[in-house]
Amino acid sequence: MKFLENMLDNLRPHFEEGGKLSRFWVVYDSLETFAFTPGHATHNGVHIRDGIDLKRTMFLVIVALIPALLFGTFNQGHQYYLSIGEVTAADPLTAMLWAKLWIGLQKVLPLIIVSYGVGLGIEFVFAGINKHSINEGYLVSGMLIPLIMPVDVPLWMVAVAVAFAVIIAKEVFGGTGMNILNVALTARAFLFFAYPKQLSGEIWIHNIKETGGLVDGYTGATALGHLASTVGKDQALPEVQNVMSMFNADGMFSLTNSFFGLIPGSIGETSALAILIGAAILIWTGIGSWKVMSSFFVGGLAMAGIFNLMGLNAYMTIPAIHQVVMGGFMFGMVFMATDPVTASQTETGKWIYGFFGGFLSIMIRVFNPAYPEGVMMAILFMNVMAPLIDHYVVGANIKRRERRLAARAIPATA
Amino acid sequence: MGSDLNPLPTFAPRKVNPSELMSSTIRIRKGADIRLKGRASSVVESAPASLKHAILPEDFHGVIPKMAVRPGDVVQAGQAVFHDKYKPEVQYLSPISGTVSDIVRGAKRRILAVEIEADGQDSRKSFDVPKVSSASREELVSLLSAGGWFGFIRQRPFDVPADPGVTPRSIHISGFNSAPLAPETSVVMEGRMEDFQTGIDLLSKLAGNGGVHLGVKSGDSTFNAVSGVNKATFDGPHPAGNVGVQIHHTFPINAGEVVWTMNYEDVANLGAFIRTGTFAPERVIAACGSQHVAPKHFKIRLGAQVSSILAGTSVDDNSRVISGDALTGRRVMADGYIGAFAQQVTVMPEGNKPKFLLTEGWLSPGLDKFSLSRAYPTWLMPKAKEYDLDTNANGEPRAFVVTGQYEQVFPFDIYPVQLLKSIMVNDIESMEKLGIYEVAPEDFALCEYSCTSKINVQQVVREGLDTLKQELG
Repeated sequence: MKFLENMLDNLRPHFEEGGKLSRFWVVYDSLETFAFTPGHATHNGVHIRDGIDLKRTMFLVIVALIPALLFGTFNQGHQYYLSIGEVTAADPLTAMLWAKLWIGLQKVLPLIIVSYGVGLGIEFVFAGINKHSINEGYLVSGMLIPLIMPVDVPLWMVAVAVAFAVIIAKEVFGGTGMNILNVALTARAFLFFAYPKQLSGEIWIHNIKETGGLVDGYTGATALGHLASTVGKDQALPEVQNVMSMFNADGMFSLTNSFFGLIPGSIGETSALAILIGAAILIWTGIGSWKVMSSFFVGGLAMAGIFNLMGLNAYMTIPAIHQVVMGGFMFGMVFMATDPVTASQTETGKWIYGFFGGFLSIMIRVFNPAYPEGVMMAILFMNVMAPLIDHYVVGANIKRRERRLAARAIPATA
Repeated sequence: MGSDLNPLPTFAPRKVNPSELMSSTIRIRKGADIRLKGRASSVVESAPASLKHAILPEDFHGVIPKMAVRPGDVVQAGQAVFHDKYKPEVQYLSPISGTVSDIVRGAKRRILAVEIEADGQDSRKSFDVPKVSSASREELVSLLSAGGWFGFIRQRPFDVPADPGVTPRSIHISGFNSAPLAPETSVVMEGRMEDFQTGIDLLSKLAGNGGVHLGVKSGDSTFNAVSGVNKATFDGPHPAGNVGVQIHHTFPINAGEVVWTMNYEDVANLGAFIRTGTFAPERVIAACGSQHVAPKHFKIRLGAQVSSILAGTSVDDNSRVISGDALTGRRVMADGYIGAFAQQVTVMPEGNKPKFLLTEGWLSPGLDKFSLSRAYPTWLMPKAKEYDLDTNANGEPRAFVVTGQYEQVFPFDIYPVQLLKSIMVNDIESMEKLGIYEVAPEDFALCEYSCTSKINVQQVVREGLDTLKQELG
């Protein structure tokens, strides 16, 4: 690799102060440090440093996203062919495998390119202005954003959402490490609120608007979309019964289908299995907080369990375990809630933060049919609450110290 | 709380019942032993006489030296070389007899080193030592002041040389050094236990009601016979041997309290001072690290040149010589001096070469990297494997992103990241509330090592302590 090193060394003077391309120093610097960990030796403080850096950390998150990405690519094709009736649920999954992947790839790849292109472009500009080096944070956000998008979302909308999220949610706060809200979720929330009409209904399956010959029962709505339509209606109504039958063991949104992810939904969110493989990678490498994930899961189960007991409407009767494998719950739990910058930063706080994140996800989902995707709202809300949680956790520590002082200050009595 | 905090002890003294503190082994769970290559064998040799010795004001943080000698002056071992400008009773003595050859100054004429060329005579100034058991506290304080010992006694809060005018709540001694490649207590203390006991006897007359405390490493019998001290046994990884950790787990420092700390070897040196009436402090130095030809221990007189124990080890631009351990030590040149508190001289490879991403960089398997995270396979390796680490930073500085990392290696009931952030924004009230008076930079060394964002944690802590000292001092 001496060759590459020499090449970079030769290019360096052009980008340095006074060189022709000095305004592109950030670009050069990020490419050079991507290829080579710089020969910077420690100078004060510790003389040796742990092997880990932010590049490795972020890379491992990307690795953990790969199962969900691959499955999502496949599933979008699968859903497409299901919707036009070229395959049926009874066919083996491998039927038309390459065609499915090809459809998926055509949809997913442009989303990834737009997300990285716009996001990194903005990062480079801000880094250039602020004379910072590029932080690696967007490498993960840029992959998360396509995975939480509906497959037929217009690319320009994604571009606008990414720009909004990176600038407003991140750069105005000072960039990576300083943001309060999760960047990827902010992009999703922006779309949700800015283009509610375009983002409802018919974009969850590729080309569903154009393909006329839809198979019976295919509306293209997600599981949560269907369920939201039942809220406020009598459980005995036939239309409600119809929706609920989709969640039976032989229905479209059966527990098995929901767990393996063979249902319509955002690209990366449908397969609980693929997401759990990612979770295993994150926990195994210690990159993602198992505390947040497990408490989030328990919180979701708890709320869904309470709903089961109440059973006031059809939505509430969905079994707790079925609730948590549907929609974006799993994806939010593993990849969004665990974002260390926006989550609670104290270890005790992580338990509280995770629990309420899961709890609220299911609550919002069931109580407010206008927001079928409760997990997005719940995590953003908990992002805002995280500093408050930390404040009280740290406050308890301060109190403990004050009490210790008070105990010592009591004069000794004979 | 707040700025009304008084640095002088205002606590109401309470007799501490030793049984309260004598507990079974205290297990430190958080921390890590970094398994470096090049541990010194238990051989102890007398180092060849160093041509020059030096006293480095930098070793005694916060001291502003007021010189008592000039270049060309002839000094005896034990003769004052400088004292603290603001606390003249804190004196710094020459460890050797000879001629003051140079006063090395750095930027803004700051004194970096007072160099003394040894004459080989070892003529020593003799001190009039009263009988410790019958002497008053005042007599002993002025003896220690004349004998230059207050530089070797450090105080918390602030981690600075002790103030002779203060009666500390308690005095704490860590009986072992848990830093990477640090020498074993049994090797250092060979034949010095009587002096150690004498030192303890003296310190217990200086301590307030809290008494003298000694932290002993689990399984180490060196201090079994020592009496007149509250012992606590510690077990666990580094930083279990840090005195700050031991204080925190036995007798934590509250706001407004002052404690003193001292290295165990210096307690023995103090005992020798009492026994002989002369100042000639010794150090057993572990010459260690992967680049040492034959890692072993050397006995030196304080302030000796690094070169005196580097015989046969070639030192060039590709190796780093550290006075002290790899986490808290100071980089020295081959003609530099061993620091006043160093118990080892570590020589390791420099990491000044770029590392290609796939072979050695961030995408490499990293079998030879020692990582406290599980992002590299260190945690799957056999526990006996030793690592030849270099000084590469292994990444570039970034904002705080990863959480929970410092907490794994920081055995205090203190929130390290929150404390650091309060220091970074100069929020003095929060620093105090978060417990800054309990810590020293060395307690954060492992946090700095493990930091994904490569933040200079120890430097931040030091700045915080300095700010606080300025505010309260």
